Amino acid sequence: MSLKRKDLLSLTTLSADEITLILETADSFKEVTGRDIKKVPALRGKTVVNLFFEPSTRTRTSFELAAKRLSADVINFSPSASSVVKGETLLDTARNIEAMQADIIVLRHSSAGAAETLAHGVKSSVINAGDGWHEHPTQALLDLYTIRQRGMNFQGLRVAIVGDVSHSRVARSNIYALVKLGAEVRLVGPPTMMPCGVEKLGAKVYYNMDEGLRDVNVVMMLRLQLERQGRALFPTIREYSRLYGLTADRVRIADTGVIVMHPGPINRGVEIAPEVADSLSSVILDQVANGVAVRMGILYLMSGAN
Amino acid sequence: MSILIKGGRVLDPGRLVGTADVLVDNGKIAAVGPNLSAPVGGRTLQANGKLVMAGFVDLHVHFREPGFEYKETIQSGSAAAVAGGFTTVCCMPNTNPVNDNQAVTEFMLERSRLAGLANVLPIGAITKGSEGKELAEIGDLRRSGCVAISDDGKPVMNSLVMRRAMEYALAFDLAVVDHCEDLHLAEGGCMNEGLISTELGLPGIPAAAEDVMVARNLSLSELTGARLHLAHISTAGSVRMVREAKARGIPVTAEACPHHFMLTEELVRGYNTHAKMNPPLRTWADVQAIKEGLRDGTIDVIATDHAPHATQEKQQDFTEAPFGIVGLETALPLTLGLVEEGVLSLEQAVQKLTSAPATAFGLNKGTLAVGADADVVIVDQHEQWEVDPTKFRSKSRNTPFAGWKVKGRVNVTIVGGRVVFETGVAEP
Repeated sequence: MSLKRKDLLSLTTLSADEITLILETADSFKEVTGRDIKKVPALRGKTVVNLFFEPSTRTRTSFELAAKRLSADVINFSPSASSVVKGETLLDTARNIEAMQADIIVLRHSSAGAAETLAHGVKSSVINAGDGWHEHPTQALLDLYTIRQRGMNFQGLRVAIVGDVSHSRVARSNIYALVKLGAEVRLVGPPTMMPCGVEKLGAKVYYNMDEGLRDVNVVMMLRLQLERQGRALFPTIREYSRLYGLTADRVRIADTGVIVMHPGPINRGVEIAPEVADSLSSVILDQVANGVAVRMGILYLMSGAN
Repeated sequence: MSILIKGGRVLDPGRLVGTADVLVDNGKIAAVGPNLSAPVGGRTLQANGKLVMAGFVDLHVHFREPGFEYKETIQSGSAAAVAGGFTTVCCMPNTNPVNDNQAVTEFMLERSRLAGLANVLPIGAITKGSEGKELAEIGDLRRSGCVAISDDGKPVMNSLVMRRAMEYALAFDLAVVDHCEDLHLAEGGCMNEGLISTELGLPGIPAAAEDVMVARNLSLSELTGARLHLAHISTAGSVRMVREAKARGIPVTAEACPHHFMLTEELVRGYNTHAKMNPPLRTWADVQAIKEGLRDGTIDVIATDHAPHATQEKQQDFTEAPFGIVGLETALPLTLGLVEEGVLSLEQAVQKLTSAPATAFGLNKGTLAVGADADVVIVDQHEQWEVDPTKFRSKSRNTPFAGWKVKGRVNVTIVGGRVVFETGVAEP
């Protein structure tokens, strides 16, 4: 089996079977990451370029480790703002990289659609590592992997995504994938953070967190962008935290076996109480660990190496 | 030199519709009627089966000069205009420097004279630097040749400043043109706000950003009595409010652009930067409302908002790419599309390109009356062609209509009695 597509840009276009294939492929690499020598030769001779226009430590490092454990050559390329000032477009930058025979370009960009634009312009495979508010498909895939690892079945699974859905690419990718796999997706947050028409994507919106968390199996907290306080999306961090922060009391409203997720980095004491982040229901560090295996699976399937 | 246009179907809405000859002499329309005889030493153009109309008047173009000559110049913009049948174009003041003073206005008029193609009429800024704070020298702008005032693209947000501008403009009988957009509501947006913007993860511009400013401007026009012209309205709400305002006698005129009656926000999918304009492409329901507004006369004028941008600017990612598309060379066939669709009669369509815009700004244009300036177009209504941006006269190629198979083509354009554009017309 392989992914019969050049790029991984969005989870809207991925079928449930393709998602399952990625998760199953990640399983076999999960085993590799547990070995003493965490390396396989699957991508030897292939070149992976991490093209990150936005600062990111977690995602970039995760992709870098994944590629290295597959024995690919990895280049990290973080164009400074200055090259944009010089008039080089994203496509120019990418074509330069392509000219150096990059097989896979992993792109992080602040503009929605950047990965799609790039994919149309280059022959290399493009993996979207986050484009604006649009999508972050590999994050959602590692979230799915983590849920599945806990023995949960997606069909009928109740998942609450809490926070600023409007400005969240993680939320969008998770909504698309979870709805596709048959889960019940609840979006919890103030109306100012719910994008127009989001119910039509198959999710249900709750403004009251206690109602939204009732009997859920998974709580996905989104990071609150603290700098948005001045944008009239919420009055104060204090009030936001009181209304939409995940406390130990609120965890008890959910199903007894609930797991708590967060794409990181977390704001302790803002959207998530420290005792929840550090509790047994928290799988936040599992997400990080699984990220490497899932990205190994994706790189492997995209490289056509199998 | 004189020109006789023989045997065409003359469309001069409200005056004459039918087969007639048109005689042009000394820069003016000398006669319109049957069986006119060919002038001695003049030129005769056969127009059998063609439409003969007053040259089109576009109240809304951006010719980018001074300041952004790499996008367009008054020369290249004028060439695009006459190729599209537009003999008179009104240039928005968002140049660099802004056209907020006599020197810039005179420069533009001088460039237009050198180009010798279309009548290029500047629109002056409402406020100094279009910063929305202090009034520009509107009297001086009028005296130097500006035909209206607008801070297009940078709408006056301060309602008191807008009120004063409207009051002040009364002294010169100038239309005040507003690009209706509440900049706070629209902040950061780059497409219509709705399900598609949610799916694409793009910041949206709600219809309300336009509607609240339309409402404000109508109130201020009612308060001051000033002539208000609403640029490129795009929402069902705008149409509804303008209809109501007109019924109550508020002196308002409104324009719509071909892209707002031909395209919807669906076109943005795939992050197509040629679908990025301001106001943004809206929903199907908005498009229907615009068409209804055009049909029932709520929307008086079809204008292009011709907004050239260089290829590399439109090649940026969607959020970074500038707003706007070129329109002068595609407006005619797209407007004729409304006739084909049964939305407008041919006469209505022509009126919205000729006499209605002239009336909105009080221009002595847009008619084939004897004695009027000899600005004339001859159009083959049935000629089919494919839009090929590489053939544009404009310097820029930013159009979402590339590859469209359209119907209706300009054969001859005459400005001030001179043929300034022609393609394959028979001469006996």
